[in-house]
Amino acid sequence: MWRDALLIATKDLKIEFRSKVTLNLILPFAFVVLIIFAFALDTSPGTLQKVAPGLFWLAVLFSSIFSVDRAVAIESDDNAGDGLLVYGVDPGGIFLGKVISVFVQLFLLEIFLLLGVVVLYGPKIGGWLLMLASALFATIGLCAAGVTYSQLASGSRAKQTLLPLLLVPVVSPVLLAATKAWQDAFAAASSLEDPWLRLLIVFAVVYLALGAIFYSSILEG
Amino acid sequence: MQTLVSFKNVIVLSGNFPILTGLDFEAGPGEIVLVQGRNGAGKTSFLRAVAGLLRITRGSASVLGVDLVANPADIRHRVGLLGHETFLYEDLTARENVDFVLKATRSDTAKASSSLSSVGLTGRLMDLRVSKMSAGQRKKVALAALLAREPELWLLDEPHAALDSWTRDFLDSALNSRVAGGATVILVSHESHHGSLVPTRVVEIGGGKVIGDVSGSALRQVDPQVTTQKRSGHVA
Repeated sequence: MWRDALLIATKDLKIEFRSKVTLNLILPFAFVVLIIFAFALDTSPGTLQKVAPGLFWLAVLFSSIFSVDRAVAIESDDNAGDGLLVYGVDPGGIFLGKVISVFVQLFLLEIFLLLGVVVLYGPKIGGWLLMLASALFATIGLCAAGVTYSQLASGSRAKQTLLPLLLVPVVSPVLLAATKAWQDAFAAASSLEDPWLRLLIVFAVVYLALGAIFYSSILEG
Repeated sequence: MQTLVSFKNVIVLSGNFPILTGLDFEAGPGEIVLVQGRNGAGKTSFLRAVAGLLRITRGSASVLGVDLVANPADIRHRVGLLGHETFLYEDLTARENVDFVLKATRSDTAKASSSLSSVGLTGRLMDLRVSKMSAGQRKKVALAALLAREPELWLLDEPHAALDSWTRDFLDSALNSRVAGGATVILVSHESHHGSLVPTRVVEIGGGKVIGDVSGSALRQVDPQVTTQKRSGHVA
């Protein structure tokens, strides 16, 4: 399974590197979300610093919808998904490979977005380690749930509408926990004992396990 | 005769619609079976069912000794399916696509370049992205991947479509050599003439089941007019 996962992840990242969808489309979209929400709320520095974690994770959530949709859509062109089945690629490996590929793209996007948050909102960050750990597990949770639900929605004609409708309620706990963990990280005193980080770890493990178990059934229709 | 493909009263549903409606079919090693039928008769569905890509709702089916009803996934990596879709990735080059297929099927990746050369994709064409290729060139890439994989059972849906005459002849000769080595070919085609690739049987599918099966001396008598005769209902 891991061999197949690595094969799929390498292939998907190569395709993304060539098509530059994340760089040219999703990253600018995420920045637009950051700026628009800031204008919609209040442009005063105090308010923006307070809501910065929430806005960051909202931008990541919206971007993740595009990323997971794209990761699954790669296999729709020329029915390549059927090809994977004919080649005998393990469905669990396909799932993990897609999760790894989307994770790499989203994590890179988060680094750029964080720079944007620092420049635009100017928050003071106290707990870098907590922030990094919570971003890591929140992104795994988003990717695992996203790839699973994107595959589930891919059979529908209204997949682009259906995916956010299915995904957003499922990943709202991740959004909430990640926002809370980052608020704690922005505070001066924070540690890896943070309860929101533990919750994010639980979500990441549960979504990964459920995806690995059910992806085969979803793929086979 | 040893049976490699055995379908008995197979029913396959797409939603509530039956696409195979009690299909009976058998094929042994070294056979070249030409499957014909009108549009929507169930030819492509039959090939996909043999490849283990469609769930068999009723009946019994085995391919290369694998029970398709119980374990359809177990047969997939042993068959080679070339259909209307080529299963290629547009943003990968021809060589990368073939490499990926060979890695995914645990085959020898060293064969990628030679296989691409054999279908006429040489030099810079090997490193050209599939998105920049013509339909015929894409088909050649898919064909190169299939040739490098050396599957035991070849399932080909209109394999000659979009190919130039040189590649058609090459494909026929490559398939003939595989069949001589014991491989089996099931070929769906609307064309009555297949160059040097001479079918050992012609099977007609209509309404999701086999409605005609001609082989041996009967086939030599009716070929190449077999299609006309079968349409008139003269085939037993």
